[in-house]
Amino acid sequence: MAEIEFRRAIRDALDEELARDESVIFFGEDVAKAGGVFAVTPGLWEKYPDRVLDTPISELALAGAAFGSAVCGKRPVFEIMFGDFLPLTMDSLVNQSAKYWYISNEQASIPLVVRSAIGAGGRFGAIHSQTPISWFLGVPGLKIVCPATPADAKGLLKSAIRDPNPVLFLEHKRLYGLKGEVNGDLTPIGKGAVVREGDDITVVGAMKSVHDALAAAGKLVEHSVEAEVIDLRTLRPMDIDLVLESVAKTSRLVVVEEGPRTGGWAAEVVARVSEAALDQLDDIWRITTADAPIPYSPTLEDAFLPAPDVIVESILAHRRK
Amino acid sequence: MLGRTAVTRGSLSVADEVGLYLELYRRMVLIRQFEDLVNALFLQGQVHGTTHLYSGQEAVAVGVTSVLDPADRVAGTYRGHGHALALGLDPQRLLDELLGRETGICAGRAGSMNVVDLEHGLMGCFGIVGGSIAAATGAGLALRGTGNVAVAFFGDGATNQGYFFECLNFAKVMNLPVVYVCENNGYGEYTPFTAVTAGSIIARPLAMEIPSQTLDGNDLWVVRAAARQAVETARRGDGPSFIEALTYRFVGHSRSDPGKYRPEGERPARGWSPPAGRGASRPRVGGREHCRGRAHGAGSGSSKGTGRAVP
Repeated sequence: MAEIEFRRAIRDALDEELARDESVIFFGEDVAKAGGVFAVTPGLWEKYPDRVLDTPISELALAGAAFGSAVCGKRPVFEIMFGDFLPLTMDSLVNQSAKYWYISNEQASIPLVVRSAIGAGGRFGAIHSQTPISWFLGVPGLKIVCPATPADAKGLLKSAIRDPNPVLFLEHKRLYGLKGEVNGDLTPIGKGAVVREGDDITVVGAMKSVHDALAAAGKLVEHSVEAEVIDLRTLRPMDIDLVLESVAKTSRLVVVEEGPRTGGWAAEVVARVSEAALDQLDDIWRITTADAPIPYSPTLEDAFLPAPDVIVESILAHRRK
Repeated sequence: MLGRTAVTRGSLSVADEVGLYLELYRRMVLIRQFEDLVNALFLQGQVHGTTHLYSGQEAVAVGVTSVLDPADRVAGTYRGHGHALALGLDPQRLLDELLGRETGICAGRAGSMNVVDLEHGLMGCFGIVGGSIAAATGAGLALRGTGNVAVAFFGDGATNQGYFFECLNFAKVMNLPVVYVCENNGYGEYTPFTAVTAGSIIARPLAMEIPSQTLDGNDLWVVRAAARQAVETARRGDGPSFIEALTYRFVGHSRSDPGKYRPEGERPARGWSPPAGRGASRPRVGGREHCRGRAHGAGSGSSKGTGRAVP
């Protein structure tokens, strides 16, 4: 099976869903003729000129247009170029799209997808590098999808487009060039995956932190620690059952989140596992970024992020406790 | 259903013209009496939270919706009971919604501010100022090339929201079939719009080269004629239009607002009151005489459905 880049997997998912369903439309800033500023969507406008559209730089209008068109039967996918711009969409996403199925007494659902590039490590500074998950994590009616591999990028985006609910589909910038095998299967929303088995500790990650956790697990072998690594893949809804199964075996859990410590999704995982399995736990904690803006200086930015060495050190330090 | 079909006054027989006049008049009176009832129920503690009454603005909703087809889509505001009733929503189901009942149009989930009735073309009423502009713009995106149109009702206050500038520009550059109807009732909540609005409202869509007009929003026939022109433009594929309908609300902004900030004597001069027709454009048909002098309480449609409302 041929390996393709993460960005190509996203493009292929869009291509296949546009071909499969006439109601799918895709729009955003520079996504059509230019093919996207991260070169994710080239060639789609040429194939679907009436359904792949360049828009003004008007994030609120994009979210509103997606909402209104979804009420009228379309399946809109729109791109918010950087996740840091998502606050501009908030009223429409949170108050219109996420509530509509409930408020309307289920007259119509809102099958929209917001694609957005997120994450640090690209030297973009404090307001082009954030991970916006905690801003949306507490919004009932919204799903949050966070792929870590090309296969899941494609499989989850196809599932997101077919899902009847609004879905926030987040793409980590440092994964765009990642290559992997893609077989074209749908990945179910709400299901995590065990990506490395081990008996000594459970390490939960999402997106880039899955790869950091895997690299850390490789180094921990030298220290006689076999880590089980779980890729949550979807953060709302969250596959806590998978984490609980693993914790029943390892009794130790560390959650690695690239995002501010306070109110993050790692805190949610820790809270849910603690509520459900406190008696099975020998240790439980989080590795996150600090509650601080992301530094611009490359040296400082690298030090800010939960890299594999940080994960290894933290796990070894907890073992010494 | 008469009033939801795009008939042209003047192209009808006299009998049909009278019928059209009566139907639209009944809807205006229905809205007024419905709002009076809601207010009474509010004072009894039966309507929860807050509510915003449409009294005085009836000619705008009824005039605009009278030129729409069933497949067109409408987005209203949190002052939306009038938009819903103008589209033909059953008054009893609307009232039940306000009362939080399972028999409400949204099973009591939406309440006064967020009513949705897709069967009658109502995409929703939007509880955050400007939200209706977004909804109709998106509907316009979905309706491109179909011959159907989307209508957004919103107040003067919404013209200072990001939604207004972003969506009107979006609709213009995308050439979307949307009619933007600004109900300028003079006040953004408690504050005169002139105190918080730079320049004129109409200058804004005109700067985007969107066909626009300011008109007497209390004159049903003026509203209807302008709406027909705007809707036909959109149906032809010639893009969005803008209407600023000058009107007035006879009540405060919401339950907690007695409207004391408004000067004495302002009220009677602005806003619609039954009988309809305040100027030269009043219809020269039998219906006018039939209706004249039958102020509150007139109109056979006005009591339909609402009589069962009081628990």
